[in-house]
Amino acid sequence: MKSIQSRLLKQKIMFGLFRSAAWLNGLAVLVVIYFIAARGLSAISFEFLTAMPLDSMTKGGILPCIIGTFGLSVGAVLFALPVGIATAVYLNEYAKPGKLVDFIRFAISNLAGVPSIVFGLFGLAFFCIMLHMGVSLLAGALTLGVMSLPVIIGASEEALKAVPRTYREASMGIGATQWQTIYRVVVPAALPGILTGTILALSRAAGETAPIMFTGAVFFTPELPRSIMSEVMALPYHIYVLATSGLDIEQTRPMQYGTSLVLIALVLGMNLFAIILRQKLRKKLNL
Amino acid sequence: MTAFVSVTILGLIMIFLIKEGLPIFSHVSVKEFIFGKFWYPTDDPPAYGIFPLIVGTFSVTLLSTVISVPLGVMSAIYIAEIARERLAAIAKPMVELLASIPSVVVGFFGMVVVSPFLQDTFDIPSGLNLFNAALMLAFMAVPTICSVTEDALRSVPKSLREGSLALGATHLETIARITVPAAVSGISTAVILGMSRAVGETMVVLMVAGGAAMSPSSIFDPVRPMPASIAAEMGEAPFGAEHYNALFATGVVLFLFTLVFNVCAARIARRYKR
Repeated sequence: MKSIQSRLLKQKIMFGLFRSAAWLNGLAVLVVIYFIAARGLSAISFEFLTAMPLDSMTKGGILPCIIGTFGLSVGAVLFALPVGIATAVYLNEYAKPGKLVDFIRFAISNLAGVPSIVFGLFGLAFFCIMLHMGVSLLAGALTLGVMSLPVIIGASEEALKAVPRTYREASMGIGATQWQTIYRVVVPAALPGILTGTILALSRAAGETAPIMFTGAVFFTPELPRSIMSEVMALPYHIYVLATSGLDIEQTRPMQYGTSLVLIALVLGMNLFAIILRQKLRKKLNL
Repeated sequence: MTAFVSVTILGLIMIFLIKEGLPIFSHVSVKEFIFGKFWYPTDDPPAYGIFPLIVGTFSVTLLSTVISVPLGVMSAIYIAEIARERLAAIAKPMVELLASIPSVVVGFFGMVVVSPFLQDTFDIPSGLNLFNAALMLAFMAVPTICSVTEDALRSVPKSLREGSLALGATHLETIARITVPAAVSGISTAVILGMSRAVGETMVVLMVAGGAAMSPSSIFDPVRPMPASIAAEMGEAPFGAEHYNALFATGVVLFLFTLVFNVCAARIARRYKR
């Protein structure tokens, strides 16, 4: 066997390598954020955030995109949250382990792996054409909602599992039915955890482009959306359009950076909030 | 009842992809579609061969895996086995934040920052190519690989490590010969999930892969992976036309690829649980 010194030296070198790999990831996040922030900050003004796009989107603001993204992601969660919680309650509280539950879980994990562009195709064929919704806020939100479902189910299940058994036993012990126990005791206790998952789902829905390209978002709308059947503009799609097929791509670079910065701030802000919330919750549960 | 919504949706996705994709096979055979070397959907006569798109998807995925797997696994080892707890508590959310950067922003970054850099450094005609796309995809796959690997490492019983250390092995030897082998099925799941993410990712390959529907001969050649083709062309393909059907059929192929990846990952994960 080699001497202990050489073994320890090898360890030192390898650990250094592992450490640099981990730091490289952190660095990557910072570099991306730095470039977007440094070049996007100058584009952002009160007018940029609150005005309509002007002159074929080479000037003006991104208000319709902000409103569109807000509508799409909130709509998605409004659909996915009730369905997701109900699924998680069924899987965690009612269902007996067996083939059926395995099958449902198999479907959920596969749904989570479906490429975003395939959700887009599905939304186009099912919501837009088959259900006659056309390209609309509603169709886009439902497509995003279907995509968010596995995230919400996963987070809700985890939250339900973290509720101690004793809560349920105490509730049943004083004569509550299983439904009352779930409705009044288990779900309220799991709510903060579910909320964390919901924020994550919301931020993911806000950042997605491919599912809304054919179902909800359009190149340009002359006015703000009037109903859930309107076509909308959205931040991610706006970035894509300006960067690849806008009028005068080079000249509108600052607007592209600005829009990216708004989107990143929105998504990372929500994520950071969810992460902090979750860590606080974990601490509370340990006590 | 509601629990079946997920099952129903997965079923509906399959039904609608197939329903809209199937008509193309009255124009070309399945074999011609999958192995046909030419993708000229708007020419007259059109050619619907998605082989170059499949090659595009696989070349980008493979190259990104080569970059993301060592990076993701090594980071996970560092976070789970080496770093002090407080440092790990900061590093983990960092990785999650990396995962949450929207794909369109990663694509945009690849276009405006990485592409000119590659163009100047390697003196190539365009920085929008296979290598750039693979690099950006690796970015997006690392968090998946890292967090799944970390979970796998953390579930290795402490007694195994202690036994190895007590026999006189160094910390590194314990990691390399005991912990990592014990977690190998979890790590394989992580790799497959990371690859599955790269196969299906759309915006990055749409914006930075260069878009040429041909088989690449070098890593600096442009490619057109399947998701990019669907996303770029669906806007122009009229509803119900041959081109429209061909894109849905491409969606079916893409869906099947990711399904295979996910089923493999689930299989390995289940065996691992036992």
